[in-house]
Amino acid sequence: MRYFGKKTVTLIMTLFLVSVAAFLAFQIIPGDVVGSILGTEATPEREAQLREELGLNDPPVVRYVNWMTGVLRGDLGRSYRYSKSMNEMMPVAELIGDKLPVTLWLAVLSVLLIVIVSIPLGVFWAKSRGRAADAFFSVLTQTTMAVPSFFLGILVTYLFGMVLRWFIPGGYVSYQDNFAGFLAYLIFPALSVALPKIAMTARFLRNSLLTEMSADYVRTARSKGCTEQRVMYGHVLRNALMPVVTFLGMIIAEIVAGSIVVEQVFGLPGVGRLLISSISTRDLPVVEILVLYITAVVIVVYFLVDILYRMIDPRISHK
Amino acid sequence: MKKRFHVYFMVALLIMTALGGCAGGTGESSEDKSSVVVGIQQDIDSLDPHKATAAGTKEILFNIFEGLVKPDPNGNLMNAVASDYSISEDGLVYTFTLREGVKFHNGDEVTAEDVKYSLERVAGILDGTALMSTLSADKGGITSVDILDPQTVQVSVGSANMELIYSFTAAIIPAGSGEDAEAHPVGTGPFSFVSYKPQEGVVLAKNADYWQSGLPYLDEVTFKIVNSPDTALLDLQGGSIDIYPYLTDSQAAELSGSFQVMAAPSNVVQALFLNNADETLSDVRVRQAICYALDKDSVNEFVFGGNGAIISSAMLPTLQDFYVDVNDVYGTGANIEKAKELLEDAGYADGIDLEIKVPSNYEVHMQTAEVVAQQLEAAGINAVIVPVEWATWLDEVYNGRNYQATISGITCDQTPGYLLNRFQTESSKNFINYANAEYDETYLKAAASLDLAEKAEYYKELQNMLVEDAGTAFLSVPPITVAVKPELSGYTFYPVYVQDMSVVRYTK
Repeated sequence: MRYFGKKTVTLIMTLFLVSVAAFLAFQIIPGDVVGSILGTEATPEREAQLREELGLNDPPVVRYVNWMTGVLRGDLGRSYRYSKSMNEMMPVAELIGDKLPVTLWLAVLSVLLIVIVSIPLGVFWAKSRGRAADAFFSVLTQTTMAVPSFFLGILVTYLFGMVLRWFIPGGYVSYQDNFAGFLAYLIFPALSVALPKIAMTARFLRNSLLTEMSADYVRTARSKGCTEQRVMYGHVLRNALMPVVTFLGMIIAEIVAGSIVVEQVFGLPGVGRLLISSISTRDLPVVEILVLYITAVVIVVYFLVDILYRMIDPRISHK
Repeated sequence: MKKRFHVYFMVALLIMTALGGCAGGTGESSEDKSSVVVGIQQDIDSLDPHKATAAGTKEILFNIFEGLVKPDPNGNLMNAVASDYSISEDGLVYTFTLREGVKFHNGDEVTAEDVKYSLERVAGILDGTALMSTLSADKGGITSVDILDPQTVQVSVGSANMELIYSFTAAIIPAGSGEDAEAHPVGTGPFSFVSYKPQEGVVLAKNADYWQSGLPYLDEVTFKIVNSPDTALLDLQGGSIDIYPYLTDSQAAELSGSFQVMAAPSNVVQALFLNNADETLSDVRVRQAICYALDKDSVNEFVFGGNGAIISSAMLPTLQDFYVDVNDVYGTGANIEKAKELLEDAGYADGIDLEIKVPSNYEVHMQTAEVVAQQLEAAGINAVIVPVEWATWLDEVYNGRNYQATISGITCDQTPGYLLNRFQTESSKNFINYANAEYDETYLKAAASLDLAEKAEYYKELQNMLVEDAGTAFLSVPPITVAVKPELSGYTFYPVYVQDMSVVRYTK
């Protein structure tokens, strides 16, 4: 319980610092939202009016405190850039709420793919040590890890979209209109996200398995007459999976926080893409919340992994 | 245990094929409804036609809204909500006769009240804030709008200006609907608004009551935001977009076999803008040296595949009546000796350093900058390209005027005066800090002139002054290159930046 309390304090402190950092960054970088909205047709009157409307005339500290108190009360603020009607800007919660499912579903599919493929692959690879398959997988995973994700995205688009025609590039369907179609489109971006992670996880698991296999208990198990299958699935795999869980946790945090590049390549209107465009239009309220979201995801997932770890291996909490 | 292993793979395989299978099916939308998807580059800035400022938004809103008059494909104005208009001799009173039977998308007929409301809203008569500076009451725009009879509206303006009629393209919206225009835009255009999703795009539907009979052809038009020029190409080839109006030269070459690829001059004046207030560049000889050093022919060849138009002053060649060809002054090729000579005269025998800030979101300007920097190098001008974000460009270069040189473009919304008025010394848009008292005087004469031929002469004088002072190194008018899928016809270029979807139709 004390552990939990400590983690929560860390979470809150980190979120606070991150929000201050984002706010400060926006005070420093050139360009502001008024310029970005009005562009080259800005007139001093329109600028003054817009500044007033958006409440940009208050000193930065006042704006930050106002925003912060709003967030603490559960009001995530309003976008500077997107308006809902003439006198009402779009609430950030609504804007992000609309985009979040895209990113989350992409994450779910990606993680499923990673787990389903990488674990059997890692086991198979470990078993084939020294054979041709070993070298083959080594080269394959090395290559997959080395390809930058935008390029992988384009390759996937080209292969599955242009050559095999399994999906229509850019043919994103909104989850509100057609959920099945939405998921079907998402499988390919998910594949692009998952491929390098599959390679990493499989490699990680294989190394972990090989280390475990040379442990003493394996010899004991063999000497008491266990079959190779039983040694692998009954003893080694369970132990070897432990570090993999941590590794998967890190990957999950990364994906849930937003696969910015893959969202760009596949035209997915998720939070990663929203973050990019909000930074370039200087839409601070949106950026603040997205940055907080990403930070929170990373911290919470790590925290969960930590707890999971303790559950799998009781030795840790005794340390 | 081995069995479970196989099951894993089987499940994975099944999921893949099942989902792969449905993906193929979702593509074929109902064939009886004719629809088109147009790829656009930026998110729209406002659905309120009086508030939207981005060119990328106006090109879409053109399909939803109309003014009393509207631009036609030849660069002239045609009557829209008004069926006729007259301007008094002194240029101060405009009388519009409303077209009968024009309906808003909500089914109501357009009345004189709606026109009065719309014009008063843009001119700032309603709440004191003008939404369109040219029509602003304090700047010689609309002073009053009077309803003479249900079909006739009389507009009085503060000062005579022949080009003001172009501003009556301002959208007519239902009286009192301004508050709601952002969420539920209602106009009289060929298409009505259906939905908008931030970061995704805008969906429009056919306006069955449109006053131009027979138009539009399509039932539905979607303007879809494309992420990057690279994915746009894949989207076109994959079939998720049907029309894409911003191809680069190399993309055009790649698509030319499978798409109709068409090019036309844009309405953008592209230049290597020089800050006349900069210490080095304040010397006219240095600016002239830069103009001589440029090889505009190869810029056109490398960046625009030869489809651009070379210019040396601030006027579009397509605005024929007002354009004067001054390309001979510095030539269109490079004249390195002359450039070096001028630099030496100015006391820079060892050459100069030049920092060029370029808005990095514009591929065309970035490419041009690379070519230009190399050309300047030959004349001993050490050019460094500094890519900046668009918001930074606006802040530092355009509004802050804190730069040496920049490559960018000015988009002309039809009136030739727009391209020239910004170079008046005191203009808030004079971001190059050009200062020439004679220019200011001539511009005022041009603006006051009510005779078209006389006005054109003044405009030509202004262009000559700009080129002689080497106020800025004008480069070219980039082409617009559009890909349209083969089944479609009727795509029409406008001299202004619009995507008129009302005339596009399926032929196969």
